[in-house]
Amino acid sequence: MIYLSLFYEFFKIGLFAVGGGMATIPFLMELPEKYAWFTTSELVNMIAVSESTPGPIGINMATYAGYQAAGVLGAFTATLSLVTPAIIIIIIIAKFLENFSENPTVKAAFYGIRPTVAALIGYAVFQLIKVTLFAVTASGYQPDFTGLLVCAVIFVLLQWPKLAKLHPILWLLGGAAAGIILKL
Amino acid sequence: MKKLLELYFCFFKIGGLTFGGGLAALPMLKREIVQNKQWVDEEELLDIYAIGQCTPGIIAVNTATYIGYQQARSIGGIVATLGVISPSLIIILIIAALLSNYMENEVLLHAFAGIRIVVCALMLNTLVSIARKGIVDKLGFLLFLVTFALALFTPIPTVLLVIAAGLAGIIAKRKEGKRR
Repeated sequence: MIYLSLFYEFFKIGLFAVGGGMATIPFLMELPEKYAWFTTSELVNMIAVSESTPGPIGINMATYAGYQAAGVLGAFTATLSLVTPAIIIIIIIAKFLENFSENPTVKAAFYGIRPTVAALIGYAVFQLIKVTLFAVTASGYQPDFTGLLVCAVIFVLLQWPKLAKLHPILWLLGGAAAGIILKL
Repeated sequence: MKKLLELYFCFFKIGGLTFGGGLAALPMLKREIVQNKQWVDEEELLDIYAIGQCTPGIIAVNTATYIGYQQARSIGGIVATLGVISPSLIIILIIAALLSNYMENEVLLHAFAGIRIVVCALMLNTLVSIARKGIVDKLGFLLFLVTFALALFTPIPTVLLVIAAGLAGIIAKRKEGKRR
């Protein structure tokens, strides 16, 4: 029963992949060894599509992998199985924090955690910029100067309060247009 | 019922406008949840994000579940999560079924390259505002620098970094309390 295997595998990924969508990749890599759902090279394509389409990467990959394995029903099975552990765990934590958010120890812990999370976000942004604006070559990372310039210009524009009020989607659309015109 | 529909469509929008990893949802979350709906403030968004870092699952989903629960209990958590995953299901199924040569379309590839650059700029901007809110004193700044260096140069798992920071926060506040 393929749906049961899909449920089992994606529930497991949802339970053990800590740290976001990218954390699911190592688990997905193991699937071609166990099942004939898709090959490793198909998986690499699926990751590329998931990265460049709207939606959280982890969800996109689960939907795609489920579809490759067992069609539309497979896509729904894989995606819903992936999010089920998170829903259960987060609701339990939310219930707990509702009662303890004013607790001095919990408050003190978050006081320490906030700057750390800011640093982790900073690290992730650093990684994102590295893969997006630098090309990997034999001699190391080569900067993509047009990309860096476009990114810097947008960042500077965003510091202007009036422009910062624009919805992010307008910036994304502008980016798409710039990409087509400048052949980024 | 109205609240549930509001949750579903709000998170549908966030899911559909997120390009890239869970982190890329942050600028959208900030705009929709903090500024437009005012369901949480920026510090709380950071706390939810911290929880997401230490618990299994996709960050965008964890945030949806958490805020949905706050707004309308468990059913709210489930509805918000379904909202955030719906665009993926629709878009990926269309691509998988119809556009098998999607990755070879040159115009689309250029458009997405442009979008990815904008995502970098938006994320940098969100980072600046989050760092301003999250780092309130010298200890915070120290924790920020140490964590960034550890993440960059060591393979220490994120969960441990967050737990250690929590303990540091508790110890620092205890000492402060004793001094008073």
